[in-house]
Amino acid sequence: MKFSENWLREFVDVDVSTTELVDKLTMAGLEVDAVDPVAAVFDGVVVGEIVSVEPHPDADKLVVCRVSDADSEYQVVCGAPNARAGIKIPYARVGARLPDLKIKKARLRGVESSGMLCSEQELGLSESHDGLMELPEDAPVGADIRGYLDLDDNIIELDLTPNRADCFGLLGIGRETALIAGAPLKSLVIDEVAAVSQRTFPVELSAGDACPRFGGRVIEGIDLNAKTPQWMKEKLRRSGVRSIDPVVDVTNYVMLELGQPMHAYDLDRLQGGIVVRQSKRGESIHLLDGTEVALQPDTLLITDDSGPIGIAGIMGGASTMCTASTINIFLESAFFAPLALAGQARRYGMHTDASHRFERGVDWQGQMRAIERATELLLDITGGTAGPAIETVLPDSLPERPKIRLRAARIERLLGVTVSDAEVEKMLEQLHFPAEREAGETAWQVSAPSHRFDISIEEDLIEEIARVYGYNTLPVRMPRMEITMIRSSEADVSLDAIKDQFVARGYQEAVTYSFVDEGSQRILDPEHEPIGLANPISSEMSVMRTSCWPGLLKSLQHNLNRQQGRVRLFETGLRFRQAPNIDRDLTMEDVSQEMVISGVACGSVYPENWGDVERPADFFDIKGDIESVLDLTGAAAAFTFEPVRHPSLHPGQSALISRDGRPVGLVGLLDPRAEQALDLDRPVYLFEIDLVAIREKALPSSVVLSRFPEVRRDIALLVDATVTANRIREVIHEVANETLTNLKLFDVYQGKGIDPNRKSVALGLTFQHPSRTLTDQEINESVDDVVAALATKIEASLRS
Amino acid sequence: MTDLEQIVSDAEAAVAATADAAELDRVRVQYLGKKGELTAQLKTLGKLAAEDRPKAGAEINAAKGKVQALIDARQQQLDADAIEAKLEAEAVDVTLPGRNAERGGLHPFTLSMRRIVRFFNSAGYEVVEGPEIEDDYHNFEALNLPAHHPARAMHDTFYFNPNLLLRTHTSPVQVRTMEQRKPPFRIICPGRVYRVDTPDPSHLPMFNQVEGLLIDRETNFAELKGTVVDFLRAFYENASLEVRFRPSYFPFTEPSAEIDVQCVLCLGDGCRTCGQSGWLEVGGAGMVHPKVLEYSGIDPEEFTGFAFGMGPDRMALIRYGVEDLRSFVENDLRFLRQFN
Repeated sequence: MKFSENWLREFVDVDVSTTELVDKLTMAGLEVDAVDPVAAVFDGVVVGEIVSVEPHPDADKLVVCRVSDADSEYQVVCGAPNARAGIKIPYARVGARLPDLKIKKARLRGVESSGMLCSEQELGLSESHDGLMELPEDAPVGADIRGYLDLDDNIIELDLTPNRADCFGLLGIGRETALIAGAPLKSLVIDEVAAVSQRTFPVELSAGDACPRFGGRVIEGIDLNAKTPQWMKEKLRRSGVRSIDPVVDVTNYVMLELGQPMHAYDLDRLQGGIVVRQSKRGESIHLLDGTEVALQPDTLLITDDSGPIGIAGIMGGASTMCTASTINIFLESAFFAPLALAGQARRYGMHTDASHRFERGVDWQGQMRAIERATELLLDITGGTAGPAIETVLPDSLPERPKIRLRAARIERLLGVTVSDAEVEKMLEQLHFPAEREAGETAWQVSAPSHRFDISIEEDLIEEIARVYGYNTLPVRMPRMEITMIRSSEADVSLDAIKDQFVARGYQEAVTYSFVDEGSQRILDPEHEPIGLANPISSEMSVMRTSCWPGLLKSLQHNLNRQQGRVRLFETGLRFRQAPNIDRDLTMEDVSQEMVISGVACGSVYPENWGDVERPADFFDIKGDIESVLDLTGAAAAFTFEPVRHPSLHPGQSALISRDGRPVGLVGLLDPRAEQALDLDRPVYLFEIDLVAIREKALPSSVVLSRFPEVRRDIALLVDATVTANRIREVIHEVANETLTNLKLFDVYQGKGIDPNRKSVALGLTFQHPSRTLTDQEINESVDDVVAALATKIEASLRS
Repeated sequence: MTDLEQIVSDAEAAVAATADAAELDRVRVQYLGKKGELTAQLKTLGKLAAEDRPKAGAEINAAKGKVQALIDARQQQLDADAIEAKLEAEAVDVTLPGRNAERGGLHPFTLSMRRIVRFFNSAGYEVVEGPEIEDDYHNFEALNLPAHHPARAMHDTFYFNPNLLLRTHTSPVQVRTMEQRKPPFRIICPGRVYRVDTPDPSHLPMFNQVEGLLIDRETNFAELKGTVVDFLRAFYENASLEVRFRPSYFPFTEPSAEIDVQCVLCLGDGCRTCGQSGWLEVGGAGMVHPKVLEYSGIDPEEFTGFAFGMGPDRMALIRYGVEDLRSFVENDLRFLRQFN
C-alpha cells in the first residue's frame, strides 16, 4: 500500500516529523518499506503558458517558444515534441535550481533561451520523459509549481501483513496512526447525497454468505469528458494509480480512501436486473481487460439478464463497462466474503486491487458510506443526477462477530506482565473494541469492530494489548524450566566429527543446490528417476538431486575454470529419490530423503610442495580418506570395498562400500565417457556414503592384552592377477586359528620377472597366544596351513 | 731439558697436530705403545743404579701419565668436533614449509550453524531435523495456513504436486515434534528451506533457517524476548547489543513479532548494509498459536509455548562481511578458504 504522507495527515493531525511518523508505523506493525519524496529538490519553477511556437531557424528538432509566467514573456528554446501554443507547463525560470542543473541564460544553435520547459523526469516526478509535463488548463500561470502540485510531500510505502486488511485504505491507516500517536482521528464527514431522481436498478443476492450486502446507486446524465481534478489525480498518482476518467478515478479514489473496492456499470448496457450468484457450468465472460475467461464452478459472479457481467470482487466485464459515451451509470459497492474469494483470483491467474482487498477482508459495514462518498465526489466532477442509494442485504448472512472472552489472567500468562484492569479497558477503548466487564473473575466480553477481520480469538486481543502496551516496553526475562540433561548416545558418531575428519584430510566443505540440471544428473545417475519440480526457476534447477555429484561436479568445474586444479570438496545433505513406477501424484511415502556425505577429488595427491614428488591422486588416496572416516565408527573391519559396475564410474576403478554386507556407499573414478559428456578434462574421483550407516558406532569393549611374545612371519605369494586382496584375506581367515592376530598386505608387484597373468603379493602374518608362548613348530604349522589353503582355493604358489 | 721433558714436549706437539682418532692412535702408539718412546725409556731403567731407579721410574711414569692425559683430552676434543661436524652437516633449512600440512575447512554456513546450535545446546535445547520435501499439511495446514490463506502468498513455494512441496520454513519440524513428543520440551530445528526466488546478491532459492520452540506449562512473551535477546548478544559477542521487537503476523503465532537487531556494522548509526536504518531484520517470533497446539494434540490452556526463527545465512553474511549471498553456493575454493 502506497500513499501520500500529506493525505494521511488529513486524517490525523500529528505533530511529528516524517521520520518519527514512519518509525511509529513500523513499530506498530505497519512496516514502512520505503519513503520517497514526491519530487526532487528544486526551486524557481512556476506554471508557465506557451503563448506561441516558432520553428528554430537552424535546427529541425528545436522550436522557439514564447512563454508567459503572468508577469512577462520569455523566449525559450525547446526540443520537446509536444511543445505547442496554449498548453501550460512547468517553466524553470533563469536562476531556478533543478536536481541536476542551474538554469542560466543560454544560446541554443544561435538563438537566445531564457529558462527551460520541464518534463516530469526533470522535476524528479517520474521516469517519463516523453515530452513536456502538461498541466491542467486551469493551472494558475505564475504559481510556484511546488505549491500548486503539492510537491512537499512523501510517498510512504507500507508492506502490510495479510491480517491488516483494514489498512488498505487511508482511513484505516489514519485510525492506526491516531492510536499510536495518541491523537484524535479526524472523522471524515460523508454526507448522504439526497436523491434527485427516483431511478433505481434491481439487485438480487442469491449467493448467501458469499455476498450478503450490495450497495447500489443510479447516477444519470454524467459528463465523462469532464476532467478529474488535479488534486485527485495527484493523490492517485502517489498511490501508484493512473488516472483514466472521472468514474474510474473516483472509484479508485474511494477504494484508496476507505478501503472499499467499487465498480461502475454503464446503466444503459445493463439488462433486466443484477443477480449475484455462483457460476453455472459452461459459462464464460469477456472481461474489461479484453480477456475471455471460461468460468470454473464455484466462481462468484455478478450477472444480469444477459449472463455474467463481472467476476465478483475481481474484475468487471466488457459488455457493461463504462466508455467515453457513457451517460448513465450504476455504482456497485458490495461486500464479498473473504472465504468466497479465497484463491479465486489466483485460479484465473489474476490479481487486482479489488481481489487483494476482498480476500483479506473489507469492512462489511462500509458499503453505503463508500456509495455516498463516491456519489459526492463524482457529481462534483461530472455533474448528473443521483438516484437513491439502495442497500440490498441478507441480514442473516452478514459475518458473525461473536463476543470474545478476554481474561486478565490470560494476558498476564501470555505476556508475562500485569496490565491493570483500567489500562486494559483504556486500551480496548483506544482500539475501538467495545468491551463489557464480566462479573466475578476479571474478564471482559469484547467485540471486534467490523473493519478488523483478524480478531477472532483471545490471543488476537492479547496481541492488540501488547501492541498498544508496546512490544519493546514488555519485560525481558529468561525462561525458567526444570533442568534435564540432553541425552546423547556414545554409540553415535557425531556429524561434526565426520566433517572434521574430512577437513583434516584436506577437504573443503561445499554447499550446493538441492535441485540440479536434469541432463547432468541423468549422466551421473541414470538409474534413478529424479523428482521434478512443477515450478522450477530454470532448467538448471529443475529436478531434485538423486545424488550430490551433479552439484559437486558443477562446483569442481567452477574451480577448474579459475585455475584451481587441485580440488577436494565434500558436502553433507539430503538426496531425494522416488519409489519406482508411481503413476499418480507422489506422496511423502513415495519419496526417500537420505542424508549422505559426498565428495569430489581431482588433481595432485598433495598440494604442490618442494618436499613431495608430484603425482596425481589415485583411487587409493581417496579410499584412504574414506577409510579414515569409517574408522570413526570403531568398526573399520565391518566395512568392505568390492568392485562394482556403476553407469557413471570407471568399471575397473569403482567400489561398492558395504557395512556388514549392507551397501552404504560408492567410491570411484568418473567414467571417461561421463567425464567427457560433462565437459571435464581430467580424472575425477567421486564418493557418496549413507550418513546414517556410518554414524553407528560400536561401543568400545576392552579385552585383556596377551603378555606373551608375538611372532611375525612374512610370505610372498604368486596369484592370478585377478585375485583380489579381499579374497586372499578371506581364505586366510577361514583357515587360520585365533593365534593369527594380525594380517598385513605389505607389497603387491606385477611386472618384470613374473608371469604377466600373475602378481606377487607379500603378506605379514603376526601370531600370538593369549596365555603362553607359541612354539616354532606351532607357528610353522599355522603358516603351512595358510599356504596350503591359498594353494587349493586360489592357486597361489609361494614365490621362491 | 732432559730427554724425558723433550719427549713429553714432542708428544704434546704431536697430539695437538692430530686431526682425527686414527692419527691420535698413531701418536699414542708412538709414545705409549709397546715400542713407544716412553715405553723405551722404561727399558733404560735397568742401566741405572738401583737407588736411582725408583725416582727415574716415577718420572717416566709421570711423563706417561701426562702424555696419556694429553691424548685423552685430545680424544674428547676430537669426539666433540666430530659430533659438531656431523650435526652441522645435518642442518636443514627450517624455513622451508612442512609437508602435508594442508587442512580443508568448514563452510561458513556450518560455522555459523555450529555456533548457534552450541549456544542453544548450552541452554538445554535439543536439535531436531526433518524432511525437506514436505506435505502441504505439515508445511501449511497444521500451522494454521489453510489452502488459499493470503499469508501463503508470503511463501513462494516450490511444488511437486498440489500436496507435495519443498518446505518453505523449518516450522514443519515443530509440528512433527509436537505430534510425537509430550511437552515440556525445547528444541531447535536447523535446516535448508526453499522459496521461489531468482538468485541475486541478497536472495537464494535455497537457504538455511534455524527455528526454536519451547513448550511448557508456564512461559510467556517476556521469556521469548529474553531468550532471543540473550542468543543474539551471545552470537554477536556484544553484551549491550540492542534488539527490538515489532508487531507482525504469522498464522502460527499470536502474538507475533519481527526481530530486529541493532546493525552490528554501524552499531545503529546507519550504513549501507542496514539501508541507513540502523537495524537489521534477523527473524520472526511469537507465542505458539493455540490452534497449532491443538492440531498437535496439546491443550493450549495447559501449555503455552514460544517459537522463533532466524536466518543464519544472512547472519553469516553480515558477520563475515560477505557481499553476495551467491558466493556461498558457488564453492570457489579461494572464497571458502577465507573461513578456514
